[in-house]
Amino acid sequence: MLYGYLPAILEGLLVTLRVAALSLLIAVVFGLAGAFAKLSDSRVLRAVADVYTTLIRGLPELVLMLIIFYGGQGLVNSLMDRLGYGYLDIDPFIAGTITLGFIFGAYLSETFRGAILAIPAGQMEAGSAFGLTGGQVFRRIMAPQMVRHALPGFANTWLVMVKATAIVSLIGIDDMMHRANLASATTRQPFTFYAAIALIYLSITTISTIVLHALERRYSLGQRKADF
Amino acid sequence: MIDWPIIIEALPEFFQGLKITLILLAISMSAGFVLALPLAIARVSPNPWLSRPVWVYTYVFRGTPLLVQLFMIYYGLAQFEWVRETAAWYLLKSAWFCAWLAFVLNTTAYTTEIFAGALRTTPPGELEAARSLGMSTVQIYMRILVPSALRRALPQYGNEVVMMMHATAIASAVSLVELTRVARDVYTNTLMPVEAFGTVAVFYFVLTFSMVGVFKLLERRFLVHLRPRRSQTDPGLVPNVH
Repeated sequence: MLYGYLPAILEGLLVTLRVAALSLLIAVVFGLAGAFAKLSDSRVLRAVADVYTTLIRGLPELVLMLIIFYGGQGLVNSLMDRLGYGYLDIDPFIAGTITLGFIFGAYLSETFRGAILAIPAGQMEAGSAFGLTGGQVFRRIMAPQMVRHALPGFANTWLVMVKATAIVSLIGIDDMMHRANLASATTRQPFTFYAAIALIYLSITTISTIVLHALERRYSLGQRKADF
Repeated sequence: MIDWPIIIEALPEFFQGLKITLILLAISMSAGFVLALPLAIARVSPNPWLSRPVWVYTYVFRGTPLLVQLFMIYYGLAQFEWVRETAAWYLLKSAWFCAWLAFVLNTTAYTTEIFAGALRTTPPGELEAARSLGMSTVQIYMRILVPSALRRALPQYGNEVVMMMHATAIASAVSLVELTRVARDVYTNTLMPVEAFGTVAVFYFVLTFSMVGVFKLLERRFLVHLRPRRSQTDPGLVPNVH
């Protein structure tokens, strides 16, 4: 199948999924930090978070990726130079995942912020009144409820992010897109390969939608709904 | 720190790239708008023979990356000999045409769903009033449904325009010398990342927030009946779906 390139494409799929999963993890970290910064009392933290989301909103993903990939390269090397070490190549995989995580962390910070605001403040206060620490209040009271409120936004971000991973091939990650480029070049059947990976992307989207719907149902158990 | 002469020397190229970016955006968005309107009407139609095909189209184009769509058209179509023998090949050879086609197909899918969503949220009273006045279906669409839906779609549509502006950066992958390509070329020639990508970032920033501003003004004009609620103009941070 696919002129014997199917295994190679599927290997690329693994890289794509790895990039997506890792980026999601980084995005969640940035998103939580951003959400808490936005809701914090400190004016400095709020300003930092605002600069962060404004920056992401104003730039194309590809440009941000190039800035982090090439700019980060320059930064690391001038640092290495000053410390007296030799030249260091930034791995495109690292640059790509960090960039995607950084970008989608900004979107998640909005999602998480909304989710936190949706929890009645009295619950957090009650937690503190019972002597729970800040971490305990987050883990036991906020986090479980945040899941439900954040799921729709989270699902959307994930779906968009999976598609955005295709551009990491442009900075040289050997993902599914890149594999398709290589296979197209050798077999001269570009349409076949791009159509094949388009189908794979479409199935990822479809499967994700189904899973996320099921999750949404699961986390909305016991929620009262208006019946019309 | 920053090598200003490099930036100043490259400024004419950046402005040329800005021109290409804006042309690409304008021709894609205008075609997308024209196509999306009838498709949105078909999408909300109770007739499944009309709505299903449109659903399939938007599902496929919204579920796959724009980069893949672009490569399928630009590199992919050459695979078929019969395509190369048609008159259309004259157009399909050009990166400009392929980028335009890919962007139009892509943005039409998103715009169709935006318009369809706005059509669905038509207050039932508007429709009933139009019917009770004896308007024909065409009149209802032309005078009531479409104008009212387009107004409601404005915030999301503005967002779509900004996202497509960012998505034009992808055209750099098929050798169109738009803003991002200029930045990459400047970087290749000078190896100065801050000068090359910092400058292009400023361009995109100014573009983004001027567009956001223009749409805010448009909304103040066209959504005046929905005030004094807090301005809906600012969609906030929404991920670029393309």
